[in-house]
Amino acid sequence: MRWLAQTYAVTLVNLRSVPQRLASSLVAVAGFAGVVAVFVAVLSIAEGFRRVMETGAAPDNAIVLRAGIDTEMSSTLTLADTKLIKDAPGILRENGRPRASAELFVVVDVPKRSTGTDANVPLRAVEPAAFAIRPELEIVAGRPFRPGQNEVIAGRAAAREFAGLEVGNRLRWGEREWEVVGIFAARDSVYESEIWGDVRVVGPAFRRGTSFQSVYAKLESPAAFADFKDALTADPRLEVAVMREADFFAGQSKVLRQLIEILGNTIAFLMALGATFGALNTMYSAVAVRASEIATLRALGFEASAVVVSVMAEALVLALAGGVAGGSLAWLVADGYQTATMNWQSFSQVAFTLTVTPRLLGAGISYALAMGFLGGIFPAVHAARMPVATALRRF
Amino acid sequence: MKYLHLVWRNLLRRKVRTLFTFLSIVVAFFLFGLLAAVRNGFEAGIEIAGQSRLLTVHKVSIIQPLPKRHLQQILSTPGVAAATHMTWFGGIYQDPKNFFAQLAVDPAGLLEVYPEYLVDEATRERWRATRTGAIAGRKLAERFGWQVGDRVPIRATFWRPRDGKDAFEFDLVGLYAGATAEVDETSFFFHYEYLMERVGDPGLVGWYIVEVEDPARADEVALAIDRTFANSAFETKTATEKAFMQSFAHQVGDTSAILTAIAAIVFFVILLIAGNTMAQAVRERTNEIGVLKTLGYSDRTVTGLVLGESMLVAGVGGLLGLGLVLLAAPGFAKMLEAFLPIFYVPTRDVAIGVGLALLLGLATGGVPAWSAQRLPVVEALRRR
Repeated sequence: MRWLAQTYAVTLVNLRSVPQRLASSLVAVAGFAGVVAVFVAVLSIAEGFRRVMETGAAPDNAIVLRAGIDTEMSSTLTLADTKLIKDAPGILRENGRPRASAELFVVVDVPKRSTGTDANVPLRAVEPAAFAIRPELEIVAGRPFRPGQNEVIAGRAAAREFAGLEVGNRLRWGEREWEVVGIFAARDSVYESEIWGDVRVVGPAFRRGTSFQSVYAKLESPAAFADFKDALTADPRLEVAVMREADFFAGQSKVLRQLIEILGNTIAFLMALGATFGALNTMYSAVAVRASEIATLRALGFEASAVVVSVMAEALVLALAGGVAGGSLAWLVADGYQTATMNWQSFSQVAFTLTVTPRLLGAGISYALAMGFLGGIFPAVHAARMPVATALRRF
Repeated sequence: MKYLHLVWRNLLRRKVRTLFTFLSIVVAFFLFGLLAAVRNGFEAGIEIAGQSRLLTVHKVSIIQPLPKRHLQQILSTPGVAAATHMTWFGGIYQDPKNFFAQLAVDPAGLLEVYPEYLVDEATRERWRATRTGAIAGRKLAERFGWQVGDRVPIRATFWRPRDGKDAFEFDLVGLYAGATAEVDETSFFFHYEYLMERVGDPGLVGWYIVEVEDPARADEVALAIDRTFANSAFETKTATEKAFMQSFAHQVGDTSAILTAIAAIVFFVILLIAGNTMAQAVRERTNEIGVLKTLGYSDRTVTGLVLGESMLVAGVGGLLGLGLVLLAAPGFAKMLEAFLPIFYVPTRDVAIGVGLALLLGLATGGVPAWSAQRLPVVEALRRR
């Protein structure tokens, strides 16, 4: 109890004297804030990208590609393959019709609004069942494309990031002209980065004959996946890979996410080293300035551990202030920022929104506290160990 | 120089503080070098991309193929010196995550249009004579431990061989090296003819690379090529290789701006930390500076002493940081190989780093030096 009272008293004295050492304390805070701001901002890119790639997936959706291939772009399935896949058990059926869509995934050059240069925008050609497989997809402007027509609809994010995807606009791809007849939303998923059209007109226009790249299917239930997968992989006529939609999209975003995470963590770690050195300087000088004061307290019978705790408390308060400031800065600047990047795995653009989550902020602040701890512990122990007599003599 | 000892003693009076300031500067410059290397990796190729080289791709998208017969028409366009074609194979070596570019090419055409790919005469001859022959970039061969003479099996994806077998076996007849560090050494080139033999020639190629006679007339030639194929089933889009690389960099996003912003924050933070410590170190010695002045040290000398101290810390710290990142770069390059084939700290950025280190020394020492110079002796001696 006495120890607690002592610690409380010394800590209070320490914190009250912070304004006297404002400049050097602010420097330490700025150091922490800089690290946390960069850490949170860079990882918000990875987080935003992860979200867009994972939110669209339904647990009862499955995707079938050619075996050994992990992207829609490189996959090929023949018409016969798609028929066999649609006949497999586990697919949800209405009036005997399977809820499955054989699709094509190509890219078309559309200028990016921010730079004016052409970008690889994904064009997904679907069968009618595609909409029932992704019920989250809703037309927010215009109307759906009519089957058999040279009409397309554009995702909300695609229309935002790329030029010329407004309702009523005409685009020329190859020998045909296509009209954008609608804009769709899909709960901020990766589908919103795409342009959709009817596979029966897109296929011939892109000279794909009767070949497809993937089959998307709605299963009877998430549990039906095992049966569906087993039936297809056991079929000697087929050479396919069956994945849950969620796993497929998570896999598609892996390389880019890893790159951002490696970079973000490396940069933040190195910056943290620099900031910790700065904090050590600040705290050492804080302790040095108060050497005689600390010695007096010790002479009066205050415990060494109370001194340690009080110095640590000061370092941690500075770290917390820096962490909160840096986190807020990142949140203000980065959160909600909309952009698009190239996902090399799918060789196409993905539009996404930088997202600062509470978890990310928490990680940033913990990071600052860890730096504060390291920056405080050595000066704190140093302060507690100072021989009382020597320190008092300096008076 | 005779004052060096004095500067040194001043630095050593608070060893711990000097050490931490020094280390934070080392870290800052290490990070600076790293960010420069990453930015360079993203923009790799743009700077050196031949202005005299054009790319002709399908107007809708580079993934759409073009007819092989376009080559003759391109070659007969006025102003064209040479042309060749490339085709993306997109196969899988062992596992999809072992990604690298595999391109079906006409070997003679490739080496004519890309003189920066260095291949010795014996390899050229072997490649020409081996139908299943392929050459790989040095870094690529190193990544997978390939030796010349190895057989490299690659599984086809969207190219469907007529015999129904996905496997392609390539004989590695040699390696190519880049003429400069900016040249990508992670590609794999093999005979287009061999690919056609396996898949049943559809008469299609991926895109064309065109060498123009006069770089100043590149735009004109590009326009002429596109006009040749206008209103055909295969309309083209032709631009300089540099323009393509730039638009690819734009597709990735503004990485350069993001990395520059991070570097700026890092510098600002380090400047604050180091500047504060320097200022503090001088403030603590106000009294001593008074003594020095009393002893007859001129204002200029005192300024020099304080500046010398900060320049020494910033300069040596900066050089050490840059030196360390140069040493560590090959290690990072290995780690990031799959994402960024080109990763090294460009000489230009090393020079900028050295300049920044000197600036940092001036900036952090400047204010304390100035106040030390202005300080009246009496005032200085009175302060403790």
